[in-house]
Amino acid sequence: MRFPAELKYTKDHEWLKVEGNVATIGITDHAQSALGDIVYVDLPKVGRELKSHDTFGVVESIKAVSDLYSPAAGKVVEINSELINDPARINRDPHAGAWMIKMELSGEATGLMDAAAYEAYVSTLK
Amino acid sequence: MAKRTALYEEHVRLGGRMIDFGGWDLPVQYSGLMEEHLACRNAAGLFDVSHMGEVHVEGPDAESFLNDLLTNDVSKVAVGQAQYSVMCQDDGGCVDDLIIYRRAQDKFLVVVNASNDDKDFAWMREVLSRKGYRCTLTHESAHYSQIAIQGPKAAEILQRLTKTDLSAIKTYWFAEGTVCVGVPALLARTGYTGEDGFEIYVSWDKAPEIWRALLEAGKASGIAPCGLGARDTLRLEMKYPLYGHEITDKIHPLDAGLGWVVKLDKANDFVGKAALVQAKENGISRTLVGIRMLDRGIPRQGYAIHDGEGAERVGEVTSGTQSPSLKQAIAVAFVPKGLSAIGTRITVDIRGTKVPAEIVATPFYKRS
Repeated sequence: MRFPAELKYTKDHEWLKVEGNVATIGITDHAQSALGDIVYVDLPKVGRELKSHDTFGVVESIKAVSDLYSPAAGKVVEINSELINDPARINRDPHAGAWMIKMELSGEATGLMDAAAYEAYVSTLK
Repeated sequence: MAKRTALYEEHVRLGGRMIDFGGWDLPVQYSGLMEEHLACRNAAGLFDVSHMGEVHVEGPDAESFLNDLLTNDVSKVAVGQAQYSVMCQDDGGCVDDLIIYRRAQDKFLVVVNASNDDKDFAWMREVLSRKGYRCTLTHESAHYSQIAIQGPKAAEILQRLTKTDLSAIKTYWFAEGTVCVGVPALLARTGYTGEDGFEIYVSWDKAPEIWRALLEAGKASGIAPCGLGARDTLRLEMKYPLYGHEITDKIHPLDAGLGWVVKLDKANDFVGKAALVQAKENGISRTLVGIRMLDRGIPRQGYAIHDGEGAERVGEVTSGTQSPSLKQAIAVAFVPKGLSAIGTRITVDIRGTKVPAEIVATPFYKRS
């Protein structure tokens, strides 16, 4: 299980990479592993305004449906539409190639964990 | 705490992801559902199905008791033969679906679903008490392990471990022989995947050595241990019913497309017969169909089915998934008779969007 140090994490198992006021968001290695073979993803339209904890999409494995939660408030400025035709990329490369959305943050993202804190959190879920 | 099968340690050692299924701690997957599913379709899959329930029915009235209890005609089952059947309530609702194995003229093994095991045994005792049958019921679930080996390579792998000539066992027949070093086993050419294969019934304490021997014997042939996830997608591609989805105590077998195992004309006045005759006279209004999605989206149990225009709710999905073999979203659903013809357009309400789908022929997957 990988927990890249340059990323921030949420309890909903999303990761964020914040550069200036733009956050790139995806789901964690732990999340993809727990879901299993991912076969479907729904992403929001560019321009959609999200509040913190809004559902911005859905990811489905063969067995399970899982909502995607916005870790912060802001506006969707870009989506990784390649995932629509290749959702298994989320299994292969969750932290980089399978980023899901980029958001222009309207405020500070709060309540995020660093890699060590997230790894510790995941270890409590067993 | 969930119960463990005799193979629990094997699952953990193989990296199985354990979940609670009907009160049993079982692997939902090992390496990955997709890989396991395809291994079973293309080579062989090995499944721990020890959670299934087993009941012995023995005595001179064993056949007539089972013929009163079950919808199918037990008198047609020869010694050495198996039969799929349904056990109904008096109102026709399904208590369970099951397989009976006739081991002697007066001796049957009845195999039921894990989640219904205790309920089924209680119901069997209740029906037994209604007449003075000369037969005994013994609840043997705790003494049996069941291992299923399924797939095109299943027979050749199992043959390496038994002197019983498997080629002589036809589909839905079985033999009592030994596996490995003299371990007594019931070897049945039955299964829940749509592939050729066997279900092996052995004493609980012998399961680990049989399991390990099968994995070893099948290594070069590409055998994979398969979890409950693959078991579900494999059965769904065949449109085999699963209790709690296609059949429940509120659904009678004629609605669930199980009319082929309901013998209304057999001599016995079986439990639920009057209700089923009545239902048939009233006309079967809904039916279980296979559907495939025509646009993006995966149908799941409980999702509403609407007509082709999305105007009116007409039914409900009972099971749905992304089919690993077909790379296509499929589902089984109840729809009105009038919308059940192959090619009929319907829509599935997926999180508020009416996604187009069509009725297709089943099984979804056909062995090449």
